[in-house]
Amino acid sequence: MYSEKVMDHFQNPRNVGEIENASGVGTVGNAKCGDIMRMYLDIDENGVIRDCKFKTFGCGAAVATSSMATELVMGKTVQEALQVTNKAVMEALDGLPPVKVHCSLLAEEAIHAALWDYAQKHNMKIEGLKKPVSDISEHEEAEDEEY
Amino acid sequence: MSRFVYLDNAATTKTKPEVVEAMLPYFTEKFGNPSAIYDFAGQSKSGVTTAREQIAAVIGAKASDIYFTAGGSEADNWALKATAEFYGNKGKHIITTAIEHHAILHTADYLEKNGFEVTYLPVDENGIIRLGDLEAAIRPDTILISVMFANNEIGSVQPIKEIGAIAKKHGILFHTDAVQAYAHVPINVDEMNIDMLSASGHKFNGPKGIGFLYIRKGVKIRSFIHGGAQERKRRAGTENVPGIVGMGKAAELAAASMEERIQYETELRDYLVDQVMTRIPFTRVNGHRTHRLPNNANFSFQFIEGESLLIMLDMAGICGSSGSACTSGSLDPSHVLLAIGLPHEIAHGSLRLTLSEETTKDDIDYVVENLVKIVERLRSMSPLYEDYVKKASEKK
Repeated sequence: MYSEKVMDHFQNPRNVGEIENASGVGTVGNAKCGDIMRMYLDIDENGVIRDCKFKTFGCGAAVATSSMATELVMGKTVQEALQVTNKAVMEALDGLPPVKVHCSLLAEEAIHAALWDYAQKHNMKIEGLKKPVSDISEHEEAEDEEY
Repeated sequence: MSRFVYLDNAATTKTKPEVVEAMLPYFTEKFGNPSAIYDFAGQSKSGVTTAREQIAAVIGAKASDIYFTAGGSEADNWALKATAEFYGNKGKHIITTAIEHHAILHTADYLEKNGFEVTYLPVDENGIIRLGDLEAAIRPDTILISVMFANNEIGSVQPIKEIGAIAKKHGILFHTDAVQAYAHVPINVDEMNIDMLSASGHKFNGPKGIGFLYIRKGVKIRSFIHGGAQERKRRAGTENVPGIVGMGKAAELAAASMEERIQYETELRDYLVDQVMTRIPFTRVNGHRTHRLPNNANFSFQFIEGESLLIMLDMAGICGSSGSACTSGSLDPSHVLLAIGLPHEIAHGSLRLTLSEETTKDDIDYVVENLVKIVERLRSMSPLYEDYVKKASEKK
């Protein structure tokens, strides 16, 4: 059901862990729906992401999207990291099954949440960054068709 | 990874070679239509007759009360919908439980949309209904009580004999979905006052696509599949003769070995549970410790999610199943785990392992070794575990 890339990132997740005194930390999702992602960012004085780590409670796709998201933002500026969309994460993973698309949204959200935390801590405003909704699954549930 | 350990026998079982052997002649040699008049068809007909007797014998039923269906879901649908149809003028109330298989729950839901009222009995923390709740739910217009014999996820076995006695006392029909229990634990339809019983061939080493509904003589439910006069005009369609013969053989074999299988599987299952509980912290066993199917073990591992666990087990060649949302295609974890009172996040981290008589102690040791490592690895990645550890160290 998963692509080779997803399986690779699930089996060998990149950048798992925590960053002590991180510049920004974001946690999104909720345990009720079975997905929680926490993203740690270490950002230098030039606004470049030096390090990025994650921890995830969730399915194979949730782990793989978190892992891929950390790879995609690593070494990027805050502005560039903001451009890492769920679509970019999915493409980098060679796609996700339709029921797992919400995992990629959660990964995007996790980056935004960590950036938001960074901005709050540094009393700054990041152009184009909105306060992330902590629980995206609330408006995720699609009504099943009844027969 | 060359090792393969199949611990998903509640999902389906291996068709026994003896069963396949019994079926084979009914494809290429004895392929006649049992309804035909010529002598050649008599061979198929007698194959069906023998199977009906083999199947009835396992539950102390009359062969003439066994009706073949395409599986357990059809049997469940038939029992509920046809009871509602025939007895609907007597009453519109049905009692079932919150932990039934979807073949019952979704059928009950369908009936609710068509003018019936359904009471879903809650279960206790072990997944067993309270007889007092059942008594209290009975109304003058109750026409059917449908309670599963044993639960497919957590293995809890219901007090069927007591439920049957209550149903009889009130003159209400009693149906049981025995898909997980038939040929696995002793059942007697007379002693237990069972009026209807559903079962499925592939859950006891028979073929897939065949099952039956036991309908006690005198229960007036009508045909669900209309057409020809097969199954005494109650279930149309040319008989699945090889399937029926295979299910009959499987029933006979399973009944003959039931006692020793129960003992063997119970011991091995208890060993698995002990090992897991001793070696993996923050783990709970779901379902009743003793009133449960001999081959069923169900765990919840705190701080981790079931699908990840299943994929990692699969990578080690181990087949299991989970009640996590990700495995069900919805956002909610299993209704059974929620019904026994588990919080969502713990229900998401569940694992069901169901053994067979072919499972060895060596298999269990291999599974436990892998499970210990996998749970540890997933916890090391879990933000929930991180929070827990931080909180615990703050307390110190």
